[in-house]
Amino acid sequence: MAVAQQTVLILGGTSDIARATALVFARHDWVVRLAGRTLSELQREADDISARTSRKVTVHAFDVLNTSSFVEFADTLPELPDLVISVVGLLGEQSRSEVDTEHAKEIIRSNYEGPALILSLFAERFVARGHGAIIGISSVAGDRGRGSNYFYGSAKAGFSAFLSGLRNRLAISSNIHVMTVKPGFVRTKMTEDMKLPPLLTAAPAEVGEAVFKALGRRKDVIYVRSIWWLVMLIIRLMPERIFKRLKL
Amino acid sequence: MTAILGWGRYPIVDTEMIRPRTMDAAQRATVRGDQTVARGNGRAYGDAAIGGRQTISMTHLNRLRSFDAEKGVVTVESGLLLSDIIDTFLPRGLFPYVVPGTSLITVGGAIAADVHGKNHHQEGGFGEYVESIVLAVPTGETIRASRDEHPDLFHATIGGMGLTGTILEAAIRLRPVETGWIRQRTIVAKDLAAAFSAFESSDSVTYSVAWIDCLARGAQLGRSLIFLGEHARSAELHGNALANRFPVGRTPLSVPINAPAFALNHWTVAAFNELYFRAGARKAASPVLVPAHPYFFPLDAVGNWNRIYGRRGFIQHQSVIPTQNAQGTLAEMLGRIAKRGGSSFLAVLKKLGAGSGIISFPVPGYTLALDFPMRGDLFSFLDELDELVIAAGGRLYLAKDARQSRTTFEAGYPDLSRFREIRRSTDPAGKIKSRLSERIGI
Repeated sequence: MAVAQQTVLILGGTSDIARATALVFARHDWVVRLAGRTLSELQREADDISARTSRKVTVHAFDVLNTSSFVEFADTLPELPDLVISVVGLLGEQSRSEVDTEHAKEIIRSNYEGPALILSLFAERFVARGHGAIIGISSVAGDRGRGSNYFYGSAKAGFSAFLSGLRNRLAISSNIHVMTVKPGFVRTKMTEDMKLPPLLTAAPAEVGEAVFKALGRRKDVIYVRSIWWLVMLIIRLMPERIFKRLKL
Repeated sequence: MTAILGWGRYPIVDTEMIRPRTMDAAQRATVRGDQTVARGNGRAYGDAAIGGRQTISMTHLNRLRSFDAEKGVVTVESGLLLSDIIDTFLPRGLFPYVVPGTSLITVGGAIAADVHGKNHHQEGGFGEYVESIVLAVPTGETIRASRDEHPDLFHATIGGMGLTGTILEAAIRLRPVETGWIRQRTIVAKDLAAAFSAFESSDSVTYSVAWIDCLARGAQLGRSLIFLGEHARSAELHGNALANRFPVGRTPLSVPINAPAFALNHWTVAAFNELYFRAGARKAASPVLVPAHPYFFPLDAVGNWNRIYGRRGFIQHQSVIPTQNAQGTLAEMLGRIAKRGGSSFLAVLKKLGAGSGIISFPVPGYTLALDFPMRGDLFSFLDELDELVIAAGGRLYLAKDARQSRTTFEAGYPDLSRFREIRRSTDPAGKIKSRLSERIGI
């Protein structure tokens, strides 16, 4: 019996994590749709994945900051996908965000407002249809605000809270699954110039594999490397009067 | 500024690193270049992929562009690793026609060095299987070159050490294979003459390479194990291989730190060589099936094996001697090495055919690759070896070189003026410059 191929929509399709995740799904025979700002860059990823897997990959223009376009974006997709993954994110520059309101706003909107609104829109359509799954790539930076990236961190905290709230609601009223992924450090263009501890740093391919595996097991919240669970536990438990004096 | 180094960990040089993530960015970096050169995965041993002031790291440009299943031609961005091509296509019954001793090199690097494998005597070098390239040149153009379009530039770029421009993209023809296994046979040669006759009588075999015990002296000078290989056909599989037609590569181990300077000395190497030789000789009787990965890339299973030579690094000396002078000259070289007793951990002998590019390394003859840990008198000793190579009409491999003199280089590469002329046409302002090209005046 032929089973209809499942479709995954990946928002923020040109990031290193998106690329690795798309490749894993394509290898497992999913139809992959990549959405992002620059079609030519998306096409480059789509061609790569197609050549590697002989699977169909399509590209779709999507701007996470243009929230008024979201309904039209969802309406014009070839179908309502079975799974939506938001890999959208902007680290930005902390020092600039402290003095430049527009930059700070862009960080907040890219990491919280846009991803939450678009996933909310798909959630409602999934509920109406009766099935679907949602994955948000959030960040360990959202677990506790730190001096080195608190606009990014607080926006990710908001996004994590949104996902947990959505999960709570849909778990009671439907069988739509919502998963939160906190990758920890990942060797990507976002972190290219940082010195990262090898034990805590994943390759993008690891994130892709972890996402696919966790989806199969219907996990709720995952850290890509399990050691991050311990690291963040310690960071969360630290008393504020000590935490505030640490350079983190 | 970033300190960069080749696989031999000598020299270490500060340059400005540019890491383009798009073709356009790589093209712009070439046009705006200030003594720059493209760099792949950093597996050239010396200073070939270190720019004069800037270095363009191509490793982010690692996408497949398209795959033509009918022709077996894959078009890729030049920063794609050979290991990625193998992982992607070997399970589908395709393998690169030419692979060197490591799969951890980029396609751009493989073209720039016109790398050779164990089948060079039969099938030529990597360049033979390049259908076309897209090259960004400093004058601002992006040029598609092949045997039909801009053939001069094409043949200058193959083996051209990145000096004609930045290779952005390449179309590579792959070989259909029925399995991912190699049928390997080992021949024991008691001395150099026996090794040569083994090579000559194995000319029709696809893959051949010899491991020479550099510490053997006197009557045993040049004693070797010669490894012959063919791609195994489906019908030739037996035992475990039957259930696993395309075995996957192993998870790499790694040498985490530089070994202390005393780890490799005459006694440890001699002991290793003796064991290796005896183990090889025991297996020599019957052919065995070996997965492609350990057969072609035994050292890829040990990440950073170059650190075994310690903090000071090492020099690999690889020369080729034209066939008619090969045996005599190599005997003389091996004799001097044995006499010096200087721990050449790896000594590899291989028969080569003609090269594909204007300054490609291969010429019909025999190539000898030797590793020397860095120590005080090494350079003067290597100068002696160079003299023997040049006197025999040979040359040194630029992808391995970190120290040859300009005179040695010019004597070894007589077609240099033609190469320089083509280079001047694409880079009249001299924007492309590597430490290698500066040092030996290419």
